[in-house]
Amino acid sequence: MGTHLLVDFGSTYTKLTAVDLEKETLIGSARAMTTVKTDVIEGFNLALEKLKNAHEMMPEIVQISACSSAAGGLKMAAIGLVEELTAEAAKRACLGAGALVNHVFSHHLSKKEIKILKSADIDIILLAGGTDGGNNECIIHNAKRLKEADLGVPIIVAGNKDAADTIDELFQNTNLEYYIVDNVMPKLKKLNVDDAKHIIRKIFIDKIIEGKGIKKAEQKTGEIIMPTPEAVLVASELLAKGHEEIEGLGELMVIDIGGATTDVHTIGEGTPKRMEVILKGLQEPFAKRTVEGDLGMRYSANALVSLVSPFEFKQYYDTDHNGFNDNFKEHAQKLHDHVDYLPDTSEDEAFDEALARICTDYSVSRHVGSVEVVYTPLGNMYYQTGKDLTDVQYVIGTGGVLINHPDAKGILKEVEQKSNRKLELRPKHSQFLIDKEYIMAAMGLLAQKNPRLALKLLKRHLT
Amino acid sequence: MHTVIIGVIGADVHAVGNKIIEHVLKDYGFNVVNIGVLSSQEDFINAAIETDAEAMLVSSLYGHGEMDCKYMRENCEEAGLDNILLYVGGNIVVGKQNFKDVEQRFKKMGFDRVYPPGSDIEKACEDLLKDLSK
Repeated sequence: MGTHLLVDFGSTYTKLTAVDLEKETLIGSARAMTTVKTDVIEGFNLALEKLKNAHEMMPEIVQISACSSAAGGLKMAAIGLVEELTAEAAKRACLGAGALVNHVFSHHLSKKEIKILKSADIDIILLAGGTDGGNNECIIHNAKRLKEADLGVPIIVAGNKDAADTIDELFQNTNLEYYIVDNVMPKLKKLNVDDAKHIIRKIFIDKIIEGKGIKKAEQKTGEIIMPTPEAVLVASELLAKGHEEIEGLGELMVIDIGGATTDVHTIGEGTPKRMEVILKGLQEPFAKRTVEGDLGMRYSANALVSLVSPFEFKQYYDTDHNGFNDNFKEHAQKLHDHVDYLPDTSEDEAFDEALARICTDYSVSRHVGSVEVVYTPLGNMYYQTGKDLTDVQYVIGTGGVLINHPDAKGILKEVEQKSNRKLELRPKHSQFLIDKEYIMAAMGLLAQKNPRLALKLLKRHLT
Repeated sequence: MHTVIIGVIGADVHAVGNKIIEHVLKDYGFNVVNIGVLSSQEDFINAAIETDAEAMLVSSLYGHGEMDCKYMRENCEEAGLDNILLYVGGNIVVGKQNFKDVEQRFKKMGFDRVYPPGSDIEKACEDLLKDLSK
């Protein structure tokens, strides 16, 4: 049977996880610095050597699967018509495919916005707008602007199908690389992102990783099959739904705190739990991912502390540590400048813990839905926007700080309902699990070939 | 096919009439986009932009319609919906008032047609076909 090796080319580390296919166990993992600048295989070889040295009895490697978030991951821009509708649907398609979306535009693209797109570091553009049979004037206008701009990045057209032929003619016989796929919002408020997600993944595999110098690794590792965040989302979905007779855990939330971003994934319908609640806004994806670019432990430490006042910061700081430093902004700057810094004093540890708490609290606050009271002649009614996650059974923590922290579950407690923000639909009574072995992304990869084993290992190793 | 937006405006949860209106409009061959109860002006307008609708049929049963419909025409124009037809109907004002006055007030607010309580939806459909063929 042998070993299935799972590789994650991360922005900082190349992480290897080995799974014994016969014994159905996790053999171990190893990591080394990612070497995109020279040759990405160097880092991979180094990590492999470490892994082999630590596990001399490891069976022969028979399969390798890899994912990547190296060299900045996958960066996309989303364009739609109405901000809350097709622009939001386009954004969700990008997020669901594992991309980072720093630019979202709605309505007619202006020259200024084209300028922003030109100077931005973007890998793919997703162009939406209009329901099927609805507005096609705006998406055609935007397609023309994009054609003139000739940004040299692939464009996915996922808007009103009535505009597809016109845009096809417009883009034909140019050097633009474009793909026309199903509308991300074919009917009002109806989300349809699968086709767009599929093509994003395909472009990522075929083109993007090549530009980032990761393609070379494929000679050794076989095809790099998805961006790392998508692998985590795949693993989360498998763990929630189960596979054949192996039961899943049901509705769950995964929080991944990294150096630059905090990702929140939730699996579940999130529909209203009470009769008097009416759902508003665009349909929510069953597997939903949000990414917060201003919440992270190192690269984003600066942005993070600018979100909170010193008073608020203290609320997250463990009061047992008297060393609270009023110059916390300076400290954050230090972390920003030294992204590989690991805390070595108890004050620094407490500071990191406070950052992790803020990441958790804020990212969950932005991910979950909320209710708003409407006073009607028939009594109080409620609007719900977003997902109701009050009944989520499990909250899983992953990412460096949570994996290594002695009281990670204490940090995860920040996801729960807050007395001062009662209208947010946060989990009320969940159980916390930690991804101690750092296997979420690896299991998402394994699930492509062997979902049964991936599920078994997830259930065994998340504790 | 003409696309029309229907919905119940404001903090109004009267869902039954809304469904009947959808049914009749569909029978008349309209592409109906029903945004349902508890809908704000913004919901109507956003829906009309994305679906390229030609008309909005606003329902209100709970008496606060006048308040909820205020500046709807201006807001449509602000959103670029220059020529959209605006109809309103139901119990759109507080208490029993002379319908002629009510009609005038709503027309002044920019509504193209105003229907009193108990109007036939078929009548509105006929009017709509007539107005859309202009």
